[in-house]
Amino acid sequence: MDVIVCVKQIPDPETPAAAFKVDEQAMQVLPAQGISPVISPFDAQAVEAALRIKDVSGDGSVNIISLGPDSARDAIKHSLAMGADEGYHLKDDAFEGGDAWTTALALSKAIQHIGTPDVLIFGRQAADWDQGTVGSIVAELLDLPSATVLRAVELSGDSITVSRVVADGFENIELPTPCVLTISNEFGDPRYPQLRQIMQAARKQVTELTAADLGLDASEVGAAGARVQMHALFQPTSDVEVEIIEGDTPEEKAAGLVNALREAKIL
Amino acid sequence: MTSILVIGETDDAGLTAPTLELLGAASRLSGDLGGGVAIALIGSGLGDAAAAAGPAGADTVYTADSDSLATYQTDSYLPIAQGIVEQDSPAVVLMSQSSMGRDLAPRLATRLGSAAIMDSLGLEVDGDRVKATRSCYGGNARQVVTVQTDPQVITVRPKSQDPLEADASRSADVIAIDIAEPTLRARTTGKEQAESDGIRLEDAEIVVSGGRGLGGPEAFADLERLAGVLTAAVGSSRAACDLGWYPPSQQVGLTGTVVSPTLYVAIAISGASQHMAGCGGSKNIIAINKDPDAPIFGFSRFGIVDDYKKVLPALESAFAAALD
Repeated sequence: MDVIVCVKQIPDPETPAAAFKVDEQAMQVLPAQGISPVISPFDAQAVEAALRIKDVSGDGSVNIISLGPDSARDAIKHSLAMGADEGYHLKDDAFEGGDAWTTALALSKAIQHIGTPDVLIFGRQAADWDQGTVGSIVAELLDLPSATVLRAVELSGDSITVSRVVADGFENIELPTPCVLTISNEFGDPRYPQLRQIMQAARKQVTELTAADLGLDASEVGAAGARVQMHALFQPTSDVEVEIIEGDTPEEKAAGLVNALREAKIL
Repeated sequence: MTSILVIGETDDAGLTAPTLELLGAASRLSGDLGGGVAIALIGSGLGDAAAAAGPAGADTVYTADSDSLATYQTDSYLPIAQGIVEQDSPAVVLMSQSSMGRDLAPRLATRLGSAAIMDSLGLEVDGDRVKATRSCYGGNARQVVTVQTDPQVITVRPKSQDPLEADASRSADVIAIDIAEPTLRARTTGKEQAESDGIRLEDAEIVVSGGRGLGGPEAFADLERLAGVLTAAVGSSRAACDLGWYPPSQQVGLTGTVVSPTLYVAIAISGASQHMAGCGGSKNIIAINKDPDAPIFGFSRFGIVDDYKKVLPALESAFAAALD
């Protein structure tokens, strides 16, 4: 089975809240000092899902696409070090300032350029903008069936059986190939690249593709083609003042808390 | 003329709470946009839900009622939703940020030649656009965005909007939609219902939640006992769910359930932004954590700095005595 995974390099979502800063004027998140960007965690799980499909099916390829500036290369290299075969970097100044729509449009053209695989896998959402729409938009553009927010993916003959996380449990869904899947955090930990694999991946060629290579005009992508416009970006503030309940023993603290809740008429 | 079409959801009790909230938001926004509120209901046995939609704020109700639509499936719901939007031509389509909304909204928006904004917390009209404030960067930031194409498809976080007071004197026109036999490519073959012997997380007045700091799955039994005393639901942080300590259905946070109870008891939860995205709307948060610098205290009204293992038994008996 041939699989393509689309990944994104983002500011580390584990950045402590205290180190997270926004430039409100530029509507950008400022890079946190000393904290390197990472592959979006859901995307690393998507790569893991793809590699497991390849392991089970015994043949085929896992190829990686990422759209973004130079740093996107690191997400591709990480995926290659995990065991993916080839990387494609959609890199063009024209892509800048785009939204989920323009990203999905460029990705769908790249997928057609490489050749539509049996399975296309995405993370459930990029852990920066948290929209969670690119996989579904690509599925729509390529007219493919899709299943989103998955915790398990299994091959059963020529079809794919998945377990989708829903509010009150899990749904089992069967899809023909080709299809689009998005992976949720319940999938489990992705494999961690070993040093030897990282060295091998560093030597691997990554194919760069521009908007023109994909048959896209600069007016269709990036800020020019975006359908969603941002008007503000800011950090929320909490105005809650915590009252720490003191006491010499756990019993005193517990009693103090219950009293405080009563006085505040919460209990 | 419709300004806002809500794509609603139903359960055994009729319209779901998030659907009533969407109708409330739509009613408020439609005043500024000019035009009525419509709702599309896709499912089976929709009679009661359709009847409740008028009193809840809808002027028009579209129903696609068929046994084959009992469960949400992308391939069966998408063409029906598309057909209703094309027939109704609203300026704005609202959906809940639910399992269905997450899946349906981006595909529907694309099929309609437009785009979707997901998981909005606040909505306000600006000219002919709806400005949506939404959480991003795992809850660390907020952005204000508009869809520049039409229709503007927006999903809304549950509990972020107020429903209207039901007005029994209001009624809506009900329009039944003809349903073509859907071509299912992705096919839902079964469902594993999460065990739900307790109170539903999203309905609970009190939620007792545990995180990675609990140190292992056994501790959730202690949380369940405390929850029993408080008549509370038990939640979990994503970290604890990902470690397999508690079922994913009980996850509170950005990628789980959003709760806004009167009292949220966070036990050994650090307070990562993506967790606060799920419980930040709680009226009161109390935190028990041995780390005095844990971010959770910044969101809490009351806190105890101590090892939860020591505090929990004391708290259980103190609550039991107080509520006796």
